Amino acid sequence: MNTQSKMAYFFLAPALLAIFIFFFLPVVAAFIISFSDFDIYSLGNISNARMVGFKNYSVLIKDPLFWKALKNTFFFVIVAGPLSILVSLAAALLLNSKLVRFKAFFRLTYFLPVVTTLVAVAIVWRFIYHPRFGILNYLLSFLGIQPIDWLGDPLWAMPAIILMSVWKNFGYNMIIFIAGLQNIPLDLYESAEIEGANHWQQFTSITIPMLAPTTIFVSIITMIGYFQIFAEPYIMTQGGPINSTLSIVQYMYQEGFRWWNMGYSAALAFILFIIIFIGTVLQLKIKKRSD
Amino acid sequence: MIRKIKKQLINHYIFSLLAIFLVYLPSCKNSDSEVVEISFWGMGAEGEAVQKLLPAFLDDHPTVKVKTQMIPWTAGQEKLITAYASDNLPDVFQLGNTWIPQFVNLNALEMLDSLIFYSSQVNKINYFEGIWETNVIENSVYGIPWYIDTRVLFYRSDILSKAGLDRAPKTWDELYQISKKIKKKLNNPEKYAIYLPTNEWAPFVIFGLQNGAGLLRKGNTLGDFRAKEFEEAFDFLIRFHKEELAPIGISQVTNVYQAFAEEYFSMYISGPWNINEFKKWMSGELSDCWMTAPLPGPDADRPGLSLAGGSSLVISKNSANKKTAWSLIEFLSRPEIQIKFFQLLNNLPAVKQAWEDSLLQHDPYIQAFFTQFHHVISTPKVPEWEQIAFSKVQQYAEEAARGNLSIPEALTALDQDIDRILEKRRWMLSR
Repeated sequence: MNTQSKMAYFFLAPALLAIFIFFFLPVVAAFIISFSDFDIYSLGNISNARMVGFKNYSVLIKDPLFWKALKNTFFFVIVAGPLSILVSLAAALLLNSKLVRFKAFFRLTYFLPVVTTLVAVAIVWRFIYHPRFGILNYLLSFLGIQPIDWLGDPLWAMPAIILMSVWKNFGYNMIIFIAGLQNIPLDLYESAEIEGANHWQQFTSITIPMLAPTTIFVSIITMIGYFQIFAEPYIMTQGGPINSTLSIVQYMYQEGFRWWNMGYSAALAFILFIIIFIGTVLQLKIKKRSD
Repeated sequence: MIRKIKKQLINHYIFSLLAIFLVYLPSCKNSDSEVVEISFWGMGAEGEAVQKLLPAFLDDHPTVKVKTQMIPWTAGQEKLITAYASDNLPDVFQLGNTWIPQFVNLNALEMLDSLIFYSSQVNKINYFEGIWETNVIENSVYGIPWYIDTRVLFYRSDILSKAGLDRAPKTWDELYQISKKIKKKLNNPEKYAIYLPTNEWAPFVIFGLQNGAGLLRKGNTLGDFRAKEFEEAFDFLIRFHKEELAPIGISQVTNVYQAFAEEYFSMYISGPWNINEFKKWMSGELSDCWMTAPLPGPDADRPGLSLAGGSSLVISKNSANKKTAWSLIEFLSRPEIQIKFFQLLNNLPAVKQAWEDSLLQHDPYIQAFFTQFHHVISTPKVPEWEQIAFSKVQQYAEEAARGNLSIPEALTALDQDIDRILEKRRWMLSR
């Protein structure tokens, strides 16, 4: 090792140490805990913890609540993910169009939900969804639709959460899409126009392929974020009614920090990690193939 | 030249590290040895109100300093358990009395028996028996009741009398009959007789306890919700949902006070924390239209039990100043201080003498609580109870109320889940 790289390591040491202590060690500890039954009894006296091997995992597989939470989370990712990407893309295209005026104003408005506190947003949406006084049911009544108990009906609670999440989050991806759109060289469109391509053809042959790297990035980030869905259902429904909006992370939180079943909760965390890992690898594979 | 710059950089680096240490060192310095400083943690509003009570205590104890800290109710238990895990528990703190088993199990609390024995202030006979009992684990006392609560029936006296009952229902049967009459009288699908939300486990557990259910069996190591006593009570309450006497689901009511004021429901089982809010919403013409009453019992011979709730004051086992901590508890247990505390927050006093004060005597809504406190019972004292009540009882109550599961199915599944939760406890006891 030459002096220069020694120097480099010397200066990197604090950061590496911090990463080791605050990231690497906890992950290893959590991994070990996931093979134990560490709980409130063990907190007082560590000898009350047992190493139970794969028991947490085998119990998990038989736990109907786990499957319900997993199903809910997948449903959320599969529906809300593409939906929010589509909405973001549509909003970005609109704001990037030459026809739109007051762009800065609209950009700000669309981005506002992202930076608004979720608790405040949730209060407003709870009123929107209110079965008796909510504006949504009021508007639907003009179409002759009977009032729906949005957050109280196991069938509708998840769609309601999805709608709110998409509204809350699309602004962030929209900004990234706008940046991606602005990176597309204008001469591509000019030459396409000279060749006689219409707008739709320009969109499918230039915009979509040129946006591919941005789309991959956005979809991976969205997928990772949505797999970890927690705050929205936690505030709006606490996972109810009858656990129809319970997500994996919320189940993990409940088991870990409300009931102190740390071992079980850690096992849940690793299952979620594996799912997200597989999801990310799949998306990168798809990207490589399309390249 | 380069070497020199490198050296300078290294020096900077070392000095900045040193500087960081120097900034943090002084805070570790020992304070004046004559002054005893104790720390007190209170939950939410209580943590704030206690600061207004303290000056009198500090006057009596000039060498004592009290550092108070407020922790939010919603994160209270997490904060306390984390503080315990990092050995940072305060000397004295407020603990919801259903949390005591958990902290005793952690070995975090000081036994108070001998302190009580020599105390001229704190004595078991000054407290309601059922409430005191929640602080006793295996014959030792770990907490002193600070303020107390229980649940009673809040009811719309105007609607009940319109439906033909000029007082509160006293038995289950009366409760059911009057509910049917109310529903019929109001004749509106949007109006219900009683509100029994399935995100509140208390009514289900209370009616079970009233009927003699033990809830858990075999030394609290197995679920016993399938027992006949609980099944009867559960079936009784679910009937209200099935016959549309109570609304199913919880999202229709965003504001219970408003719903009560606009007759969405006429009866609600709740605690003293709601008295003032109801007073506020039931104002003007409505102010004479509601009352509180002790809970109805299964039949005329058995009184309607309710839950022994409230908060206790406890001392941390690792506290270095237990004597001073105890004197603070004694101070907060004085009847006149208890009344002051009641004036600040409307928390009902734990000490019986305080109840003789005219402030409490003249409030008609509080009288029902006084009666009810003579018939209170605690939930099973196991650390797992919170999980059993909040996640499992509520989950299966909702399943049954919606008709997804029959009553026997729901209770069997409930017991199975509880048996799984209590597996660790069985193992602990078998050792």
